[in-house]
Amino acid sequence: MNRNRKAGKQEGLGSRNHESRRLKRFRRFLVCRFPDFLIFSCVPAFLFASSAAADVVVGSKKFTESYVLGEIANRTLTDAGIRAEHRQGMGGTIILWEALKGGQIDAYPEYTGTIATEILKSDPSLSFDQIQHSLEKLGVGMTAPLGFNNTYALVMRRGEAQRLGIRTISDLQGHPELKFGLTHEFLERQDGWRPLRQRYGLSQQDIIGIDHALGYSALAKGSIDVKDAYSTDAKIEENDLIVLEDDLHFFPKYEAVFLFRPSTRADAIAALRHLEGTLDETRMIRLNAEAERTKNYARAADLYFKVGAPSARSSGLSNLSHLDDSFPRKLARWTLRHLQLAGSSLLLSIIVGIPLGIVASRGGAVGHVILGFAGVVQTIPSLALLALLVPVPFFGISVRTAIAALFLYGLLPIVRNTATGLQDIPRSLRESAVALGLSPMARLWKIYLPIASRSILSGIKTSAVINIGTATLAALIGAGGLGEPIISGLNLNDHVTILEGAIPAAVLALLVQWCFDLLDRFLIPKGLRL
Amino acid sequence: MSALVKLEDVSKRYGDAIALCPTNLSVQSSKTTVLIGPSGCGKSTLLRLIIRLIEPDSGSIELDGKAATADNINVLRRRIGYVIQEGGLFPHLTARANVLLMARHIGKTEEEMHNRLLELSELTRLSQNLLSRYPVELSGGQRQRVSLMRALMLSPELLLLDEPLGALDPLVRASLQKDLKEIFTRLGQTVLFVTHDLAEAIYFAHEIVLMNEGRIVQKGTITDLREKPADSFVSEFINAQRGVASV
Repeated sequence: MNRNRKAGKQEGLGSRNHESRRLKRFRRFLVCRFPDFLIFSCVPAFLFASSAAADVVVGSKKFTESYVLGEIANRTLTDAGIRAEHRQGMGGTIILWEALKGGQIDAYPEYTGTIATEILKSDPSLSFDQIQHSLEKLGVGMTAPLGFNNTYALVMRRGEAQRLGIRTISDLQGHPELKFGLTHEFLERQDGWRPLRQRYGLSQQDIIGIDHALGYSALAKGSIDVKDAYSTDAKIEENDLIVLEDDLHFFPKYEAVFLFRPSTRADAIAALRHLEGTLDETRMIRLNAEAERTKNYARAADLYFKVGAPSARSSGLSNLSHLDDSFPRKLARWTLRHLQLAGSSLLLSIIVGIPLGIVASRGGAVGHVILGFAGVVQTIPSLALLALLVPVPFFGISVRTAIAALFLYGLLPIVRNTATGLQDIPRSLRESAVALGLSPMARLWKIYLPIASRSILSGIKTSAVINIGTATLAALIGAGGLGEPIISGLNLNDHVTILEGAIPAAVLALLVQWCFDLLDRFLIPKGLRL
Repeated sequence: MSALVKLEDVSKRYGDAIALCPTNLSVQSSKTTVLIGPSGCGKSTLLRLIIRLIEPDSGSIELDGKAATADNINVLRRRIGYVIQEGGLFPHLTARANVLLMARHIGKTEEEMHNRLLELSELTRLSQNLLSRYPVELSGGQRQRVSLMRALMLSPELLLLDEPLGALDPLVRASLQKDLKEIFTRLGQTVLFVTHDLAEAIYFAHEIVLMNEGRIVQKGTITDLREKPADSFVSEFINAQRGVASV
């Protein structure tokens, strides 16, 4: 139990504040017990970002702040005359770490607490020097802190805090009448409310559990006075809140740094080091708020340079263009990728599924094994199947994994429909084919498969529609497609963005269904349609 | 008289159920032999054994002195035409494609196929413009004519007919009976014909083979069966269909 909580915490802090709580809960519910699920915790676009060879590739995790930091690094490098590329939102901690070690990326933003717990599997109280030393031994470099600490914090309305003269958590001791609204997670955590209350000797009695998002409106309306938050949450600025100083240093440090490969060119490392100490909490909150407001990470990063960062040589507007994609262009890109994923996996399912169905139609032990296998695959939740494939060496975080998972899902309808289609051929027809003296292959190709074509095609149609739907999950492992806006929308809690992916996916499924209905007319022999 | 098909001690059982007791039978060339008997007497089993849709448990089956082996089985089958009650036409192919299927498969030339098709449609009295239709677009009688064309396409030495007229209404049946008999005579065809209808057996048979419960009870002409019944079953069977048998 204890270990699970701990794992939950590491993951929570690793992905920070902007991840949808729903998604988080779902993931926790689904796969809390495997460390592997960290691998696909929140993710994407790792693949089509591989444009013309860049000298330095910056990665980022799948949440707003990491996007913004990645974008800032990208701009800084570009401004220093280095060909840089930003692979946005590649995934969770483990993915980025492995990508860094494997050389797919050269640098990415990380938090000291996450490095200590998730990467070094140690205690969050590890000192900065200890962390740096351990990383060196692993062959990874780390910049000095960028200047802000993104950890748990208690927040209050600015006006209220000033009126009561509260600046630090210790100051709360003198105000037992204050109402606390804390997230359920924070209330229950081993390192959450109970030890915090003990450490600071807080005596408040009016404490309720409340949803994170609802808590902000409750705070704004005054139904609660204090709530827990992440210290660089964009909502802090939006709601004009202040973060109470953790004067007794209860919360572990989650200071932002950049991790990099020491083999990266020296001027690039120097450019990253220019970012050290240039971003305090207030500034990061503002950038996060801008990013969430505009849904445009480049614009948020732009704000960092406008306010005057040390390395900002030019306004660097030139490299923003790719992020300012118009919606139709983005939609076309997502749809194309979606069709690639669903199409190539469907093709594989057909190539493998029909022969398997033919074998299965003969019944016997082999037939049972085939149908059983395809059936079992279907019962594995799609997310779990992805999670299971990711640690397999050949697959990992790639389009391959997405296609393999979709392929496995597409198999059952094709195998089963092929098998039943063949089995349903009347005995009199089978025997007529045999009695004529046709060879077994000729019987199959000229007689059995054409007669079973309607059933086989309807299996393929089912597979195609399932694949279109399931392919939205491919974005979770960075394979792109229409799942990309859906996952982003979930992370940003932005329904419009979710619908930008969900509606086209639904339309696509209908179109595919319609196309297959049309295809029936060409592929099912006329004699069977009369 | 020479035997085209020879069965020696051929038997078949399905689990505990005996489909055919050890049986001997010769089918004479250019004659029509009719297998008759009640349902489940083993007459269809016998036919299916000859074309090797099923394998015998014991005994030997020879066609023209040759036994079937794994290598020659399909070549052997092509020397036999087989027509079943429902026709067995492939629904996804037109009548023409059904008839030409095997000829195409073994690489006959278009000209050969075309000429044979003309012959057969004349022989079976099937209008040529029906050949482009699919089986579902044909009547039962038309389907049986197409099925017969398909069976005769490669000029088989032996024609096996398993109640080919069983599903047709009486008028169509009568006209097809007449046509079939003419065709057999014209071609000098060796035919093994299965029916449960005594009148039909009498109409076609040079020799009638009466079966019951997996064994052959008596062989001979209708006169033999009527006047010298081998046992009481033969008399019962013939008397049961007396109305037509006295024709």
